[in-house]
Amino acid sequence: MGDLTQLGVRAIRDGVAGGDFTAREVAEAFNAAVEGASALNAFITPTPELALRHADLVDADRAAGRDLPAMAGVPIGMKDLFCTRGVQSSAASHILEGFVPEYESTVSQNLWNAGCGMLGKLNMDQFAMGSSNETSYFGDVKSPWRKDGSNAALTPGGSSGGSSAAVAARLCPAATGTDTGGSIRQPAAVTGITGIKPTYGRCSRWGVVAFASSLDQAGPMARSVDDCAIMLGAMAGFDPKDSTSLDAPVPDWAGSLNADLKGKRVGIPREYRMEGTDQSILDSWERGKEWLRDAGAEIVDVSLPHTKYALPAYYIIAPAEASSNLARYDGVRYGLRDLPEGAGLQDMYAATRAEGFGDEVKRRILIGTYVLSAGFYDAYYTQAQKVRTLVQRDFTDAFGQCDMILAPTSPNAAFPLGEMQADPLAMYLNDVFAVPASLAGLPAMSVPAMLNGDGLPLGLQIVGKPMDEQGVLDAGLAIEQRSGFDAVPERWW
Amino acid sequence: MSVSREQVAKIASLARIDMDDAALDRMVPELNNILAWVEQLGEVDTSTVEPMTAVIPQALRLREDVVDADPLTGGGRREAILANAPVAEHGFFGVPKVIE
Repeated sequence: MGDLTQLGVRAIRDGVAGGDFTAREVAEAFNAAVEGASALNAFITPTPELALRHADLVDADRAAGRDLPAMAGVPIGMKDLFCTRGVQSSAASHILEGFVPEYESTVSQNLWNAGCGMLGKLNMDQFAMGSSNETSYFGDVKSPWRKDGSNAALTPGGSSGGSSAAVAARLCPAATGTDTGGSIRQPAAVTGITGIKPTYGRCSRWGVVAFASSLDQAGPMARSVDDCAIMLGAMAGFDPKDSTSLDAPVPDWAGSLNADLKGKRVGIPREYRMEGTDQSILDSWERGKEWLRDAGAEIVDVSLPHTKYALPAYYIIAPAEASSNLARYDGVRYGLRDLPEGAGLQDMYAATRAEGFGDEVKRRILIGTYVLSAGFYDAYYTQAQKVRTLVQRDFTDAFGQCDMILAPTSPNAAFPLGEMQADPLAMYLNDVFAVPASLAGLPAMSVPAMLNGDGLPLGLQIVGKPMDEQGVLDAGLAIEQRSGFDAVPERWW
Repeated sequence: MSVSREQVAKIASLARIDMDDAALDRMVPELNNILAWVEQLGEVDTSTVEPMTAVIPQALRLREDVVDADPLTGGGRREAILANAPVAEHGFFGVPKVIE
């Protein structure tokens, strides 16, 4: 039977359907992997019994000769940002510690309907705010990767860092992530896995703890482009419960995958060539161009003139929306309550929020409150929304000359935990290549490209036109087939 | 534009986040650092640009005007709604006394 934890989504699905092994055997293997990896701190709440229960349902369906859905028998990790009925959903925060939803998020329900089981709830940056997984109330996630010749703990990226670490360490074949300004792509890149953020509105946000509603979008993280395509197909779809959900059919992305890029033009944005970028990042970008050319694509230079302003605009818009979204955590309806002796209602709110939110969350709520306050609204918030229009217009103009864009995913490889914590601004710069596509609502994916000189993975990013997940996945597949990336972290945990 | 300690205290109170002196001392330079950085947006000429309202243009859908059309979001789910309340009393959310 071999080691089942080495298998990906398609291999497990096909193996279960073909009777090579049972869904229960798969779930047991991954449950054991999760249990043996507590040193990574990737899971906040493991749910081994749920994984087994889901698996038994699939095995029973197979025994009864019923049709099996697209991910039957595949156990996954679920980012703790998704509300899962009966299982703590904390968004890695103290203020939601112990919150057990009475309802299921649409994306997680879609995945259960597709035959997935749940191995547990994955650690993340608190309320998805962070790029290194150091803001979780439940402690840092450690990347399974280490620099050659070093034992220093590295970041798995963020905010979907539990997801990236778990997939990279083979604790699950795939996991959900959410991406507000790069939170799927950046962790995927620094852990050597694949992840795609679809067009804004493809996946329902219903039941996903909200950070910045105009940006948040769920997507899959897995070990291959094909597995991502299968899982995205299971996650996506119109949901009347989310007013921003796209009422559009879900194409058969996995069935249509095609790495032949003849006739496609791939744009290289000249503004992404930033001063101080690591040479190995530039090298990986050069290789990416070669691979796509080899796949038949024509490489063209394009310009995205407002790139420089995307990140500062993001750090006005996202905190503004966060300050509003996080107003609901007041100690009344759910979660933590801190009621000092003799305190009134207002004092209770302030004490609860002081106790329940971490530093980065407070920082962003304060920024958001400030930029939305009377007298500053136009200077900051309105100006940022105008710049956002310009960022999107840049992409629209560029897509007049190309079909997709190739760029690095992240400006650096995984850095040691603790290295950037003292400087919030330096941390924000990690998402400099990821944020523009988020502001424009575009589908974007990270695919592993190579290892740098320290033996750490680097990712390449493909950004597509609105609704063109297929084009993004196809180009991702072309890179995957040519990069030959098969490095795995050496087990130390 | 930079913020003073008093302004940060005012913002914190608007955001309903209790902050003691030490927390304020830490927060003021961090916020100023971030605000100084976002100032660069002022360089962009946006005089003829509309602010973005929706990243993917689409018309807002309206719900059918039917009572309890969706059993999940309709009425009659008091227990589920109160299930996570820190204090639930007599079928309501319990809060400290508001009116003397």
